[in-house]
Amino acid sequence: MKFFEDIKVGEVYALGRHTFGADEIKAFARRFDPQPFHLDERAAEESHFGALCASGWHTAVTWMRLMVEFRRRAIEEARARGEQVAGVGPALGFRELKWLKPVYVGDTIEYRSEVIETCRSNSRPGFGLMTIRASGVNQNGEPVISFISTTLVERRSATP
Amino acid sequence: MTEVNHMPKLYWEDFQPGAVAVYGPRLVTREEVVAFAAEFDPQPMHLDEAAASATLLGGLAASGWHSCCLLMRMIADGYLLDAASMGSPGLEEVRWLKPLRPGTHIRVRSTVLESRASKSRSDMGLVKLKSELVDEADAVLTTFIATQMLRRRQPGTQS
Repeated sequence: MKFFEDIKVGEVYALGRHTFGADEIKAFARRFDPQPFHLDERAAEESHFGALCASGWHTAVTWMRLMVEFRRRAIEEARARGEQVAGVGPALGFRELKWLKPVYVGDTIEYRSEVIETCRSNSRPGFGLMTIRASGVNQNGEPVISFISTTLVERRSATP
Repeated sequence: MTEVNHMPKLYWEDFQPGAVAVYGPRLVTREEVVAFAAEFDPQPMHLDEAAASATLLGGLAASGWHSCCLLMRMIADGYLLDAASMGSPGLEEVRWLKPLRPGTHIRVRSTVLESRASKSRSDMGLVKLKSELVDEADAVLTTFIATQMLRRRQPGTQS
């Protein structure tokens, strides 16, 4: 991960894509969101969704997994170049999460993050706050999820 | 396996602003914290005590996304599976205020903030809810402001 000072507003991170299968949609729903339209094809057909679709939380946590994998690759590449790597703190939360379209069985969602704001942390001098817009788009180019998230990122000046 | 609910008990009209409900308690185990993190948020602060103690979280804590998913499940069991849910368009905000540690017994406190009929669908209404994830001492760990879409008992009439 880059240090806070090296992160520029407008940077886009292409995180990769994920195809949602029926089995994983149902398995996730059984654990966390057991509403009929996420669990059962027939019930989903009778619902206003019209077909089995993923829990919105499943769509969201898939962004998180791809974001963590993206950071891990970036860290390995930086270390291979002999560079220091910044620590990333916990996120403070997120806002304006929108589930814009259902994610149906077989949909492939392409995820990305765009840096929309950076500012210093008043409470933690060693860190800055990076705000990103996270989004996912399906194979037809339709946005399915969007949210804004703020994370603590270590400042270069904070490292010895 | 949850039964498919063909006869919901709760409709949009049943969610009046100011109503408060509490769900839980539910024990959050170390095993489920680590299993969720390994699958969806594999950062050291959610996976390993030693690595976590060196981070700003100061010890092993559940992924914030895990808190959201647990909150979702407790709301589902608490009322949503008995309701004529039509899904959710999203959330205004989620704040991760304090770490959720393994071994905590969590509860959810939900308050109806607003209710309005859908402009585009006469059979649907929207309810805005604030939900708080709290620990045994009633400390708020996560807050959550979400909109829920519900079928109306009487489509197209004024509530």
